[in-house]
Order: sequence, then structure tokens, then C-alpha cells
Amino acid sequence: MLFTDEHEMFRRTIRDFIDHEINPHADEWERAGMFPAHELFPKLGKLGVFGIEYDPAYGGLGADHSYTVVYGEEFGRCATGGVAMAVSVQTDMATPALHRFGSHELKARYLAPAIRGEMVAAIAVTEPDAGSDVAGIRTRAVRDGDEWVINGTKLYITNGVQADWLCLLARTSDEGGYRGMSQIVVPTDVEGFSVSRKLDKLGQRSSDTAEISLVDVRVPITNTIGEIGRGFQQQMAQFQNERLIASYMATGQMAEALRRTGEYLQQRRAFGKALIENQYLAFRLAELVAEVDLLRHYNYACAEAIINGADQLTITKMASIAKLKAGRLQREVADTCIQFHGGIGYMEETWTARYFRDSRLLSIGGGADEIMLRIIAGLEGWGKL
Amino acid sequence: MNIVVCVKQIPDPAEPGSLDPGTKTLKRATKLILDESDSYGVEMALQLADAAGGGEVTLVSMAPNNEVSGLRTALAMGAAKAILISDPALAGSDALGTAKVLAAAIKRVEGADLILTATESSDGYTGTVPEQLAELLDLPSVTFAKHIEVSDGVVKVQRQTEAGYDDVECPLPAVVSVTAGVVEPRYPSFKGIMAAKSKPVDQLTIADLGIDPSQVGWAGAGQEIVSVEQAPARESGEIFEDDGTGAEKIVAFLENLKVI
Ligand SMILES: Cc1cc2nc3c(=O)[nH]c(=O)nc-3n(C[C@H](O)[C@H](O)[C@H](O)COP(=O)(O)OP(=O)(O)OC[C@H]3O[C@@H](n4cnc5c(N)ncnc54)[C@H](O)[C@@H]3O)c2cc1C
Repeated sequence: MLFTDEHEMFRRTIRDFIDHEINPHADEWERAGMFPAHELFPKLGKLGVFGIEYDPAYGGLGADHSYTVVYGEEFGRCATGGVAMAVSVQTDMATPALHRFGSHELKARYLAPAIRGEMVAAIAVTEPDAGSDVAGIRTRAVRDGDEWVINGTKLYITNGVQADWLCLLARTSDEGGYRGMSQIVVPTDVEGFSVSRKLDKLGQRSSDTAEISLVDVRVPITNTIGEIGRGFQQQMAQFQNERLIASYMATGQMAEALRRTGEYLQQRRAFGKALIENQYLAFRLAELVAEVDLLRHYNYACAEAIINGADQLTITKMASIAKLKAGRLQREVADTCIQFHGGIGYMEETWTARYFRDSRLLSIGGGADEIMLRIIAGLEGWGKL
Repeated sequence: MNIVVCVKQIPDPAEPGSLDPGTKTLKRATKLILDESDSYGVEMALQLADAAGGGEVTLVSMAPNNEVSGLRTALAMGAAKAILISDPALAGSDALGTAKVLAAAIKRVEGADLILTATESSDGYTGTVPEQLAELLDLPSVTFAKHIEVSDGVVKVQRQTEAGYDDVECPLPAVVSVTAGVVEPRYPSFKGIMAAKSKPVDQLTIADLGIDPSQVGWAGAGQEIVSVEQAPARESGEIFEDDGTGAEKIVAFLENLKVI
């Protein structure tokens, strides 16, 4: 993929922003179990991060997907994975369907302020009884005149505590299975909406994760994103953005982690020499550098497919492969970084401890590794496993 | 109001730099970036032009190899155009040589009301170019500005001092050096970056400026770097245990250093 001087400047802007506006607060936000989204997001909105590929009519930049790659790679360098995840929920998980399928009114009301960073968005798919198996969701929206009346529970919702609106997936008919679901924009200030719990997590601790309860929540039918009944299909397309951005971020994060580990091994001495002078350690890191580089270039191939307008099946397969490999590699890299740091790597004061915790999510969130394998196997023609 | 900002493009401080053993100067063959010290002047200029309700911010930079990366950053922040002076004959220029070149370039900017510089560059650090520039342009010089206001052809500057600040006024045009950290430089936004692509950068040689090569570069330098030494390693600090007399010990320590 060809990165121009403009890409490099955009990269530098984001890098400077992270160094000055995010990383100095990382420890504090981790301790608090939440970062101030309504303070941080408007600043990011000014840089254009929330609307990279979106229509300028709503404040977007109208740029191509290559700039999303740059943004993702750089956000991997956040000293707290939780903030990167929260930002990517707004850019690539909760808003792509609204941009693609939403009505003008809905976009003016919810997408434009999200692009400016004035509104915080969340994606609400997972439920207590349905995660991997999205078709098993039970949250139900029943039509009453011009309104949906929504009842249900959503679980593990990133940004859920701070969100101004949700992109909610709900059942809107009794057809069952993949049919009869719709995506609905639900503002969080409506009656019947509540955050039942802010969840405590292994990692990504600066990001707020919520359990959300919806009791007779009323929103206009016009809040439906795209076609009524097409929610599942629209959400499956939206998942591809989610999986790709996760892979872009992971390569940035892993490259940085390996660089820092290499640096440490050059300084730390044992048995009369720097640790890096042990061929085993240097080769192991080199092997991982090679794997990350392969993934980076696979990411670029995915991005090119998107830019060239590849069909949905191609993109689904590529995004699933990228996300699968990123999740597995991230675990390996984080484990190796902590191992090669020794005791200090296990200490909370060293970046490796947080990275180790944060890294574990990628193989679960946004579709577990096994779900990626299931999709790939299905596309290979080996049936629905 | 039209403002000229002198900006230096320097090797990225995040990358390990090195000195040329022959000339004892910093190697500059790498990609250069906008000196962070200058980002404050650029921001100040943009704010002043905004407050004045219009006018252009023009950048002036002298750099090897027609390097424009740093200029593009300042253009992406919002400057309107740039003049870049690049010439093999400029290699080895000292502070005065640099000031001569910048002054000649600034003279080409029509209707410049105010010329802003940093107080010193982050790589060379002589801290003398702004004053030399003022002298060569025959303009008043105000240094170490922490706040600048312009009204009715007069610039009012809060000039940072060790004790606080002086209020200084002088007629325009003038050369004002801006202290680092006094404003928060904006991040170049994506829109700014894209707009910067098509902003004009006027690339000049010293012949274009009518400067004699013997006046600049190694040939014209009145300064020479005679030797370079490693900075001494930092010594370990002194630790005071507070047994009830901690405050007195600290006061005595500071008095000894003559800082209080
Ligand atoms: C920190 C965090 C943030 C999250 N943020 C959001 C959010 O913002 N919005 C949202 O909607 N959801 C969110 N999620 C939910 C996430 O997408 C789900 O946790 C994930 O999809 C897995 O679903 P589950 O937890 O129900 O696991 P289950 O579906 O119960 O699966 C458990 C495990 O079983 C295995 N498995 C499942 N199905 C199969 C199969 N067919 N074949 C083989 N193995 C299988 C996998 O290993 C899987 O990990 C978040 C989760 C976490 C942990």
C-alpha cells in the first residue's frame, strides 16, 4: 500500500496527540476504571478521527480507507488499550452501519455529533444469553404506532456507561434465526434505559463496560438504521469494520511492544552480557517481528480490497483471517514480552503487565477466534460448524 | 494583519542524531521536521491573524535539500504560504549567515506587519538569530514574549523575565521572539494536512536573494565549532532525611547554590 506524505503527517498528528493528550493520563484512567470520553472525544473530533471515511456533509473527511489504517496503527501505541478500544468503538463499530444505511435525518442527528466527538456512541449486540451466536438475541422491539417499544438486556457494552446513544440490535419480528432483526439508534437519556452495572474486567481497564437494561424504552420507528428486518445482515457488515480496525491497532501495539522489549534486552545484563546477546532471545523477538510484519502487510491487502470495492464475501473472509491471526499473535507477543522482562515485567509499574492483560481480549471480543475459524471454514465450503 | 514566522526544520529529536566528525555539526541528511520551538510562533501568529480578523501567515525557512516536511506541518496548522531558501552554498552557515538569508527573504514579503521567531532553535541553540534579524531589517526587537497583542500599529508584549514579566510596547513592524510553551500549538487536522498540499512554497536560492556566496555557509561563517565534548554524566543527587530539620537543610542547600 502506498502511504504518501499526507499519510505520514496524519500519522504524526495522531502520534503527537496520543503522546500529549492520552498517555500522560493512562495510569489515572486505568485506576479510575474509566476515561473521560466527553473531554477526550471532542479533541479527537477536531483532528477528524471520528469521520475519516465519512461523508463531508456530516463533518466527515471523505478520505479513503488507507487513512483508517494509519489511525489504527498509531492508536495501537496508546499506553492503555482501553482508550484505543473505546475510540475504535466510535469510529468502526457503532457508526459504520449508520453511515452506510441510515436516513439523512438520523445521520444529521446522531452521526454528525459523533463525528465531532460531542456524542459518545456504543454498539449493543451481546446479551447474557447470546454472544457468539448473534442470532440468539432476545432483546425485542415491538411496534406501537410510530414507536418501537424495546425490552431486553445488553451485556459487555463498551462505552456503555458514558454513551449518548447505542446502535442496538433487536428482534423486530417473530421470524427467528437471522431474520427479523433491526438496528435501532437508542439515545441513552430515554425513560426505561439504565446502566445496571459497570463491569470490572481483567484488562482494558480505562474503558467502561456496562450491562444495560431496557424496560419499555420508546424510540421513534424512524430511529431504525436502514431497512427493518435487515439488522442482522447490516450488523454482519459492520462487524468487518470492527475486525479490521482491531487488527490494524494490534499491529501498531505489537510492533511497539517488541521495540520496547528489544530496547530493554539491550540494557539488562546477566551472565556478563546484555540479554539480547543471547541468540535465543534475539531470534525469538526477530521471529515475532517477522510475524507482525506479515500481518501488517495482510492488513494492507485487506485495506486495498476495501479501497478497490471488493465484494462482501471477500472482505468478510479477509477481515476474519486478519482478526484471527491478530488475536493469536497478540497473545504470543504479550506473553513473550513479559517473559523476557522477567520479574520486573510482572510488576504493575512496568507497561508489560497492563499490555498482558489488555492483549487477551482480542481473541474473544468482536467474535472469538473460534468464530473466525467458523466463518473461514464456512467460506471454504465446509458447512456451518 | 500579515505575519511572517521564521521556522526551522530540524532532524527528528526522537531519532538518535549524530555529529559529523569533520565539521562537528549535526548531520542533517535525514528527513527534517518542524522544530517544536517554532510551533509556538506559528500558533501565536495564527491566533493574532484570527484576532485581527484576517491577514496571512507566511513562513520563512532555510533548510538543506529543498526540505519541506516541517513547512508542510506548519502549513497544515494554517499558515498560508512559505518561502524556502535552499542552496548548497548555505552549508555551514553560522547564526549571522542564517539571519542574513532570512532577512533577505523576509524583505520579499510585502506588507509584513510582524515577524515572529522562536527564542532559540532546539538543535543549534545559539539564541541570537532573532536579534540579528531585527538589526539587519532595521526593525525593533522584542524578545521572550509570553503574550502578544496588536492594536493600532502597536505591538504590546509581555516579556518574560526571571522575576515575572515586563510590559513592552513598540511600533510595528517589529521582530518578536516567542518563548516556548506559552501557547498550545494546534494539532494539524486532516483537513489542514490536505489543504497544505496545495499551498504555495516559494523555493529560492541565494542567487535569487542576491546574496554573495562568500557571505554565507562555511565561507562566510565568523563562528567555528572548535571542539565537542560529551556532556558530563549526571551525578547522583543528595538525599536529606527529614529528622525535623529537613526544611532548614533544604534552605541551606539552596543558599549554597545561590538560587535563593
Ligand atoms: C471487554 C469486552 C468488551 C466488549 N464490548 C462489546 C460491545 O461493545 N458490544 C457488544 O455487543 N459486545 C461486546 N463484547 C462482547 C463480545 O463480543 C463477546 O464476549 C464475544 O462475542 C463472545 O461472546 P460470549 O462472551 O457470549 O461467549 P460465548 O458465545 O458464550 O462463547 C464462549 C466461547 O466458546 C467458544 N465458542 C463459541 N461458539 C463456538 C463455536 N460455534 N465453535 C467453537 N467454539 C465456539 C469460543 O471460544 C468462545 O470464546 C465485549 C466483550 C468484552 C470482554
